[in-house]
Amino acid sequence: MATPVLTRPRPEHTPRASRPSTTRRRVGATPRAFYWMVVPAVTVFALLHTVPVLIGVFFSFTNYAGFGSWSFVGFGNFIALFQDDRVLKAYGFTFGFAIVATILTNVISLAVAVGLNAKIAFQSTFRGIFFIPYVLAILVVGYVFQYFFANSLPRILSGVPVLRDNILTNPDWAWTAIVALAVWQSCAFAIILYLAGLQTIPQELYEASAIDGATPRRQFRSITFPMISAFFTINMVLSLKGFLQTFDHIIALTAGGPGTSTESITLLIFRGGFQGGEFAYQSANAVLFVIVIMLVSFLQFRVLQRKEADF
Amino acid sequence: MAIIIDAPAAVEPSIRVPRDPRAVRRINANRTRINWWATALIAVCAFTVLVPLYFAVITALKTPDQLGGTGFELPNSFHWQNFVDAWTLTRFPQALMNTALITVGAVVLTLLTNSLVAYAIARNLHKPFFKGVYFYLLSAIFIPFPIIMLPVVKETALFGLDNQVGLILLYAVFGLSLNVFIYVAFIKSIPIELEEAAYTDGATTWRVYWQIIFPLLTPMNATVGILTCVWAWNDFILPLVVLSDPAARTLQLSQFVFQGQFNTNYSAAFASYLMAMAPLLIVYIFAQRWVISGVMRGSIK
Repeated sequence: MATPVLTRPRPEHTPRASRPSTTRRRVGATPRAFYWMVVPAVTVFALLHTVPVLIGVFFSFTNYAGFGSWSFVGFGNFIALFQDDRVLKAYGFTFGFAIVATILTNVISLAVAVGLNAKIAFQSTFRGIFFIPYVLAILVVGYVFQYFFANSLPRILSGVPVLRDNILTNPDWAWTAIVALAVWQSCAFAIILYLAGLQTIPQELYEASAIDGATPRRQFRSITFPMISAFFTINMVLSLKGFLQTFDHIIALTAGGPGTSTESITLLIFRGGFQGGEFAYQSANAVLFVIVIMLVSFLQFRVLQRKEADF
Repeated sequence: MAIIIDAPAAVEPSIRVPRDPRAVRRINANRTRINWWATALIAVCAFTVLVPLYFAVITALKTPDQLGGTGFELPNSFHWQNFVDAWTLTRFPQALMNTALITVGAVVLTLLTNSLVAYAIARNLHKPFFKGVYFYLLSAIFIPFPIIMLPVVKETALFGLDNQVGLILLYAVFGLSLNVFIYVAFIKSIPIELEEAAYTDGATTWRVYWQIIFPLLTPMNATVGILTCVWAWNDFILPLVVLSDPAARTLQLSQFVFQGQFNTNYSAAFASYLMAMAPLLIVYIFAQRWVISGVMRGSIK
């Protein structure tokens, strides 16, 4: 805001050639300082981010247990992954959970964001409340939910078959409790993102369409949704990517149980890699998982953005 | 230019003939009247956000023998002893110090280094080297954490970084991609004439960064600072895999480690959860608007 005021009265706002020599030297060569600003930081970045990625890819082609000697096994780990029931089950659980949680998160947060954006009382108070879960640790909230599912819910809804017993110990339904925690927590950020999108829509559009006799439903379908479709895309991609990597939720609620029925891929990589002596095998799993995540995100972008272009 | 664009828009409303007089009335009413139906629905939703918090607070205040029932009953007397038990059992002061140190360290290091890298990149994007670095960093946004998890533990152990300092470094490094993206977009909107004037007066590149650019980055610094702070404070998986010394445990990690030791003493466990949540929650309550607008700013690039 202040910048135009500062720049306008400058008399030197003339061709570059008329400037003192110090500036002219700058035009040609990059000052060495710029390299000093970038090179050390990027070196550390490469060392702590890129090198680990490469190490992971490298060891995925070996039989390294995390200690001792190792040898190359080619694509052996990857072939074994596809025949491993535990791995396939983890993928099945993770994707099922992530898809359900993504849909629920986006439907609920979009609805809440539209409501928050309407003329309601105590607007900023409500907005403040909805954002609370964002600043809370998933692990700790998860422990609260865990106690609630294990001890409170069976007493409150003692008539409902699945909830009568601790749902977290039910192999078929424990995942729904994890979805509940995940959606409760991640709606906070999604609501804020949708709200940011909704606030970019000019009010005149609604007024003009109301004059032409559009119903609120039609307004949502023809104005609101098209106008925030970019935010919808981002939210869908970010939520799915986040849920696919879920870890804290599961540690807090079920620790992967009962059995391995709620074991996510990240939890499997963690357990096998650190406690199971499967460093190389789980590295291969991680490589596969990363490829899957990137592929899914890419596809999602393509599909959703094509929809965006339609409007 | 601006006048030409504005003129038709200003005239239009008076020309337009409303087709439905009721619609006009509805619009005028909508502009001022509060929508109580929406308010009620939103209130119900907000209630579900608050229920777990209410649940946590009342459970933390009960004695173990009050725990029966649905869990939603108010305690008949406040049992503050739970907090004392949790305080000693989880070694709360030590864990709080560790988390605070790591969070503050991560925020400060991130703000200083990431904005510096972004400044150098933003002002030299037309040069192949800096453009290459920019895209190299951006591509890392798409690499999920699980693949880094196993090797980075080996590496931090090897370099002696399996402690608080290592974590601070990791937060600054892992956040670099996204933060550079946020900063560069903002720095490009700062007029370069400001810097050129400073160079003419003989300032060095470092001084220009520190005295002109860094202060102008304040809104983005707030955004990046909030995102980093919430991440570092609440993170569980990175401390879990990186830290090796029990004395270095963070708040979240100590909740996990001592989970088994609470046995059936759920009240003390809940007191401990509350104490782990409280610091950030209190900051949030007082700086609510600021936090939300900061996060919003980051999300719209």
